[in-house]
Amino acid sequence: MLSQQNLEKAQALFTRYPEKKAALLPILWIAQGQEGWISQEMMKYVGDLVGVPYAHVLGVVTFYTMFNDKKLGKHHIEVCTNVACLLRGSDKILSAVEKACGTKLGSTSIDGKFTVSEVECMGACGGAPMLAIGQEYHEHLTSEKTEQLLASLK
Amino acid sequence: MEKFILPEIKDHHQIDVYEQHGGYAALKKAVQMKPDEVIDEVKKSGLRGRGGACFPTGLKWSFMPKGNDKPKYLAVNGDESEPGTFKDRQIFEFNPHLLIEGIIIGCYAMGINAAYIYIRGEYGKWISMVDKALADAYAKGYIGINILGTGFSTNIYTHQGAGAYICGEESALMNSVEGERGYPRIKPPFPAQRGLWGAPTTINNVETMSNIPLIINKGAEWYSKIGVAKHPGPILVGISGHVNNPGVYEIPTGVPLLTLINDPQYGGGVPGGKSIKAVIPGGSSTMILRGENLEGVNMDADSLKAAGSSVGTAGIMVMDEDTDLVRVLARIAHFYHHESCGQCTPCREGTGWLEKMLHRFEHYEARKEDVDMLVNVANQIEGNTVCALGDAAAWPVQSFVKRFREEFEKRVKEKEEINAA
Ligand SMILES: Cc1cc2nc3c(=O)[nH]c(=O)nc-3n(C[C@H](O)[C@H](O)[C@H](O)COP(=O)(O)O)c2cc1C
Ligand code: FES
Repeated sequence: MLSQQNLEKAQALFTRYPEKKAALLPILWIAQGQEGWISQEMMKYVGDLVGVPYAHVLGVVTFYTMFNDKKLGKHHIEVCTNVACLLRGSDKILSAVEKACGTKLGSTSIDGKFTVSEVECMGACGGAPMLAIGQEYHEHLTSEKTEQLLASLK
Repeated sequence: MEKFILPEIKDHHQIDVYEQHGGYAALKKAVQMKPDEVIDEVKKSGLRGRGGACFPTGLKWSFMPKGNDKPKYLAVNGDESEPGTFKDRQIFEFNPHLLIEGIIIGCYAMGINAAYIYIRGEYGKWISMVDKALADAYAKGYIGINILGTGFSTNIYTHQGAGAYICGEESALMNSVEGERGYPRIKPPFPAQRGLWGAPTTINNVETMSNIPLIINKGAEWYSKIGVAKHPGPILVGISGHVNNPGVYEIPTGVPLLTLINDPQYGGGVPGGKSIKAVIPGGSSTMILRGENLEGVNMDADSLKAAGSSVGTAGIMVMDEDTDLVRVLARIAHFYHHESCGQCTPCREGTGWLEKMLHRFEHYEARKEDVDMLVNVANQIEGNTVCALGDAAAWPVQSFVKRFREEFEKRVKEKEEINAA
């Protein structure tokens, strides 16, 4: 159930690798980009496309933390709490996020607007404390900046 | 020192600007050499891998079988997930063509026709930057079929990870490229014998590959004189934690750790003029050092080894006098438990134990004998696993307890006082 355009993108990936299976991760990225998450039906579909059983796709999706087998809120707020961020006050950032999003770590707000997750080091320790929303990194945060940032999200 | 990996030149990420400043000259020079001459030059330069293990790069390349008749692969490691490490991202953003040029030269030297740059999933934005640079290099004929009219052809692709620290381990990385879960493989066979799809494969870090054009351009002789003799070259260090100017700095190897922390052109000292309690010098898996023992310790492999730690990924994390080291270690233990792939029992179970025990310390629930038990569990993980993640989980615990035992004992004592009151 990839769109025609995404299906073409997926098929173009096969030329990159000597075996079709290697396109599994990139195609799952395309699928997740289209739907926001990866449903059971999508896993079966991608498995057929790549030529691997559903069980293999499920195993891969659940192994990698960035593949979502459940729907998330509209904005996925990922707060880094690893060492460099911890040292520079990620506790405060996390509290500010939970307060502004009206939900606790690991869950989605009732209105479906925010999902709040803790993440491991994002490779932005020089900009600690930090959080990511989708692909965007927000570094050198303070509680105030965090509140403003979240308030600006529609 | 002049900067080579991250030069201070505006728009250096653009191919035209890169070329104007001598970019792709090394490639033109390399293809005039015999492949073996290129490998010899890299060997003579003394370059050692920047991915954590400091393995000599030229030697690694020489393990690859010769000839172009069978498929061979290069995997470039941009998983960059060791806590405290944020240097390869700077190369993706500010000097992607240097990396690409290094990769093409490496492919030429080893007779490789396909390279995969494995980049952590969270770096989506930076993957786009590398893809753009790749497209520009293809358009100019630096990558693809019959490169610069030499008859040599190679392709380079990015491959996006999806959130798994373990995929930075070279054999897990190969499984991930093949569309598998990121489980490390048992060695031997080594990748140069059986790697991607069973074919000979070399794995090198992003920063390692970015040193190659420099070696070819200026010669091994010149390169080997930068920094310290046994671990030469420019190196990117990431400084984070309690410093005034956290960030990535390019230095010649061998700069004193205290200079990196305190000098205004680097870390700029500890905020509030506080003293340094501890430093983790090379990413979270490297052994912690006491602040008062930093005199005479330099940022290179031998010096840090002599000090009882290692250079790792050169991610320096500075902790001031007020830092709760028990909490820091508990956080590190949580990381390794979370990232253990679960294949080996000592790692899967042991990292869980360590995390639980450290939470007990953190919350004043540990017993006196737990201090030694921590080390005991760590010792039983170390060396007993398929890959080095187990060691990476054990070293912080061993070194924190050895060098800061009082912090753990204090927690137990405070618990007894709380209970008595
Ligand atoms: C658990 C684990 C994680 C690793 N993560 C990385 C990484 O993110 N990037 C990297 O270049 N090397 C990483 N390595 C080291 C690689 O296995 C390998 O040694 C390195 O990529 C080789 O490149 P080099 O010789 O250029 O240093 C990791 C090793 C282990 C055991
Ligand atoms: S510790 Fe948060 S980005 Fe590295």
